[in-house]
Amino acid sequence: MIWIVAGLIVWALGLWANVRLSKRKTSAAALAVPVIFGLVLVFVWEAVVRGFGISPVLLPAPSVIAARFGQSSGVLWQDFVQTVLKGALTGYVLGCGAALLTAIVVDRFDFLRRGLLPVGNFVAALPIIGIAPILVMWFGFDWQSKAAVVVVMVFFPVLVNAVQGLADTSAMQRDLMRTYAAGYWTSLWKLRLPAALPFIFNGLKIASTLALIGAIVAEFFGSPITGMGFRISTSVGLLQLDLVWAEIVVAALAGSAFYGGVALIERAATFWHPSQRGR
Amino acid sequence: MKNVIPVLTVVLAILVIWYGSAVMLNKQWVLDQAARQDRVLTTPELIAETWAQDKPKLPAPHQVALELWDTVAMKKPTSKRSLVYHAWVTMSATVLGFGLGTLLGFALAVGIVYNRVMDKSVMPWVIASQTIPILAIAPMIIVVLNAIGISGLLPKAMISMYLSFFPVVVGMVKGLRSPDAMQLDQMRTWSATRAQEFWRLRLPASMPYLFASMKIAMAASLVGAIVGELPTGAVAGLGARLLAGSYYGQTIQIWSALLMAAALAAALVGLIGLIQRITLKRMGMA
Repeated sequence: MIWIVAGLIVWALGLWANVRLSKRKTSAAALAVPVIFGLVLVFVWEAVVRGFGISPVLLPAPSVIAARFGQSSGVLWQDFVQTVLKGALTGYVLGCGAALLTAIVVDRFDFLRRGLLPVGNFVAALPIIGIAPILVMWFGFDWQSKAAVVVVMVFFPVLVNAVQGLADTSAMQRDLMRTYAAGYWTSLWKLRLPAALPFIFNGLKIASTLALIGAIVAEFFGSPITGMGFRISTSVGLLQLDLVWAEIVVAALAGSAFYGGVALIERAATFWHPSQRGR
Repeated sequence: MKNVIPVLTVVLAILVIWYGSAVMLNKQWVLDQAARQDRVLTTPELIAETWAQDKPKLPAPHQVALELWDTVAMKKPTSKRSLVYHAWVTMSATVLGFGLGTLLGFALAVGIVYNRVMDKSVMPWVIASQTIPILAIAPMIIVVLNAIGISGLLPKAMISMYLSFFPVVVGMVKGLRSPDAMQLDQMRTWSATRAQEFWRLRLPASMPYLFASMKIAMAASLVGAIVGELPTGAVAGLGARLLAGSYYGQTIQIWSALLMAAALAAALVGLIGLIQRITLKRMGMA
């Protein structure tokens, strides 16, 4: 009972603080509001689980998850290396690299652009994750098959965005390059690739979340005895939900860091773009 | 229509590569079989056999097409062996999840646009929520919801909903904010109430954004439904077909389920596109 009352009080306090803070326009307030919201959410979760006595088999409390996180950090680190560093990151680099090279080739030949782009758009909307069982069958159970799934998943979003970006320069800008007597490669390198960067980074950001999902889901179809997907699916069977949630925390942290890293590189590389200025 | 020839060329190229890879990938097995039976294969024989295995590493397109024809047209749609039945199971979860997700996304977007506190506090968490790979924890959600007595369509729809609300929130926030200051001032000079401003200006202005994000949401929703079917113990649905196929090495079955999923995605997204075209035309925006 005490926990429920405490949860209600904290919720009211957080709401009150946020209403007050959101009227200010400082950058500290802009940071504090979502942080308070998140803290209140975690506390209310804890209070609800304890107050209503929800079984840890259904929903473990945040404190239990945190304890588990500390206890099994070795296992979690192993899984992180197997899934994120070996599977997702390798596949991400290979897939995005291949997509960018393909985009340049496609952009060079108009026939390919008109033919490949509708097909690429179509494929980008498909449930690509479905090829995971096939690729696991081809490349074996270890991280190579996970990287292959990630390659296929990230390829089309990046390709479509990059091709769109490479076409984004105006006729005036291209004419200017021609008056400078710039050849194809010079104008690609100095004008069209930089102009395409905002689009490319858009694709890279979409791909960063897809990569993690692909690597984890591919492990459901067979994996060695490490890996986040493996741990999640076996721990659910053993009803060790605290370990599952600890893996989810790792996945969320890794996903946020991955996305944030790409966003940081974007800010450094496209500092001149209107969407990055004036903040 | 000028894109027809390039697209057909690309599709043809894909088919050629597909047939070629089928030869490459299935060659080893055929050669082993032949060596065991002391047969020497000529090249045409070899190629023909790689395209006609029972459990090939990569089935040739015509094998998949045959299996599709067999399971779609030749079986009764209510039979468990019919792919139409499985597609129907997946589609109902997809559409239910998509509907719930669109409603949730719409409500959140209206809240975010009209309420400052929600804008500041909820929006960062909506973005953060998508860094949790929900597909990865789908098995747990299914099991937990089963334990508290929710089973069948709803758990799968919940996963679809989680995946599909995000594009709608982002798109609708953008869309509801797309009227510029001049248009908003115009509404104010007509002394329009906030409700009138919403129904007459903001909502109509957001329609193109809504349809664009609904297409993404529908595709995401289908992925969610398929992955949601993986841990249910392979009962019904396209995801279950995929899992059963991968357990028993039935590659032809996997590929036909995949193509069926692709067709389903194309049909659902195409349907939204059709509604979009009709709606925008009637609103005079297209």
